[in-house]
Amino acid sequence: MPMKFTKFAFASLTILFLVAPLIAILPLAFTSSVILTYPIPSWSLRWFEELFTADAWRRAIVNSFIIGTGTTLLATVLGTAASLGLRNRLIFFRGTIRTLFLLPMVVPAVVLGVGMQVLLGGFGLTNSYAGVIIAHTVVAVPFVVVSVSGALAGIDRRVELAAESLGASPITVFRRVTLPLAMPGVLSGAVLAFATSLDEVVLTLFVAGPNQRTLARQMFSSIRENISPAIAAAAFLFITVTVVIGLIVILSNVMRARRR
Amino acid sequence: MSAGPSRTGRSLLLLAPLLIFLVGFFVWPLFSMMSQSVSDTAVLRLLPRSAEVLPDWDRASPPTPAMQAALMEDLKAVDDDQALGDMVRRLNSARSGFRTLMSKTTSALDDTANPPVDLVSIDDRWGRPEFWLAIADALSPLTDRNLLAAVDLGRNASGDIEHLPAEQSVNGVILLRTFWIAGLVTIACACIGYPYAIIAASLSGWKRDVMLGAVLLPLWTSLLVRTAAWFILLQEQGLINDALQTLGLIDGPLPLIFNRTGVIIAMTHVLLPFMVLPIYSVLITIPKNLMPAAASLGAHPIRAFLRVLLPLSLRGVASGSLLVFISAIGYYITPALIGGPGDQMISSIIAFYAIGSANWGMAGALGVVLLIATLLLYSVYARLSAEEAERY
Repeated sequence: MPMKFTKFAFASLTILFLVAPLIAILPLAFTSSVILTYPIPSWSLRWFEELFTADAWRRAIVNSFIIGTGTTLLATVLGTAASLGLRNRLIFFRGTIRTLFLLPMVVPAVVLGVGMQVLLGGFGLTNSYAGVIIAHTVVAVPFVVVSVSGALAGIDRRVELAAESLGASPITVFRRVTLPLAMPGVLSGAVLAFATSLDEVVLTLFVAGPNQRTLARQMFSSIRENISPAIAAAAFLFITVTVVIGLIVILSNVMRARRR
Repeated sequence: MSAGPSRTGRSLLLLAPLLIFLVGFFVWPLFSMMSQSVSDTAVLRLLPRSAEVLPDWDRASPPTPAMQAALMEDLKAVDDDQALGDMVRRLNSARSGFRTLMSKTTSALDDTANPPVDLVSIDDRWGRPEFWLAIADALSPLTDRNLLAAVDLGRNASGDIEHLPAEQSVNGVILLRTFWIAGLVTIACACIGYPYAIIAASLSGWKRDVMLGAVLLPLWTSLLVRTAAWFILLQEQGLINDALQTLGLIDGPLPLIFNRTGVIIAMTHVLLPFMVLPIYSVLITIPKNLMPAAASLGAHPIRAFLRVLLPLSLRGVASGSLLVFISAIGYYITPALIGGPGDQMISSIIAFYAIGSANWGMAGALGVVLLIATLLLYSVYARLSAEEAERY
């Protein structure tokens, strides 16, 4: 019995450690005070108002959506195409190519940031949306490759061969058979790509100019320079988006499970 | 089979865009960072004429008139103040005194009313070989200076590699600190994550879902949100200090933020899922009846754990630890926001050199050190997980 209690206490405390910080920040989004501390004197929506009206925050939100959308499109198209190509076992250096596709997840962001700044600076792409989208795509694309490859691995190749033997062209096979079957993987890859772009700070710090400040970048400098409950409001926004994203992924998984 | 080649061709066509994209925007940036760390053109690109004349010099005698004339021509041709500043900084780091000497020389050369005949007439120091030696050595386009400095080494006057004096040996301290903090975080994650994964794997139904959900939720949450949350909890009037004071456990607020304690706590929170998930995925493949079998044969629970569960799950612990350690050594955001000046890790120093002082050479050199450490550890991790995949 004491063993069981110890286990229960340990698990509960660890869950508290994992989840409590995320919950603790949420109510502060609705404080009327200018400082980020408990107890909350009274409730107010002033910090959400600040978030959507103050120039710096509003632009940051808009920028995050522009850059996030661009990154999602680019990463999903490149990653899905590459995952389809990787299915072919006859490709030379298949393992090496796959490792290269996943490596951006491993290389420290600061190291990549220095290289990006040097290189994109040479092309005149620093301080531009294109530069930031390219940088974000590099770190977002591995998530698409992993997710789409997983979905493709679950497809029965005989279905595609059947379509082919019935006279469908490769494009028709892809459009009518492969893509619909891989769709949940493509969708969750896209969602992960968007989430990666939304949360990316370090590369943005190196590559973006003042006009491309993203929400994450704005939060970073705000915590560093003048912390205010606007941070909590932004965090609330982030967590809400995360929960919605999570639901989308769960739903797409359910969809995938139901298909089988 | 005509379908074979055309199918391969199609696959290559599908692979090509991402391959080209990553070679261009991932591999190439890493190479340009590496080449920055060994390139040293601040002096060479401003002094092309001197670069032609100086190799003929015997490196000991006073400067010849040809050398002086070439350098004067070069300096008169400089019209980029920033490039001039870079060159002076580079020369001054090789030999102090260049800063004053150069500003005196350039203003004398600007005086078109009575142009100086040679450099020695502007300043006596131009007659001494040491200063010319510094220029001659700085004219090589490649240098190992930054890479050596990244690990606290340097070349002395005769060109031998030796340790830098203690007051310049900051990078070694920061590297050690980076590995130390990453190690502490890894140990903390293992101490919490291993038992947690064992408990989760032993449960079933909603209890297991809750335990896994608690791990996945932070993983899904933005890193900045989590860091901001720890900022709120750890600050002087934060929830942790308030709670401890209300309970009467402490009299005044504990210093939890802008120090090592805060960094370790926040990083452990951020990286704990990377420890729990690999261990958990190994544990669920272990047959559930092994531990009861050991117990029924009379093994004490601790003995059963040491002889059965630990050896079987060690691989998961190793994968998780490597994953946490690899992520931790590259961390930038959490130490930058939660840590004090004494808790900055190698990434912060790289960012400082790159953004703060535009010293690409040093940023690149430290980046190379971090990149090599990361890739070495990752290759061990990849080998571990490949063996894992082979076993099942």
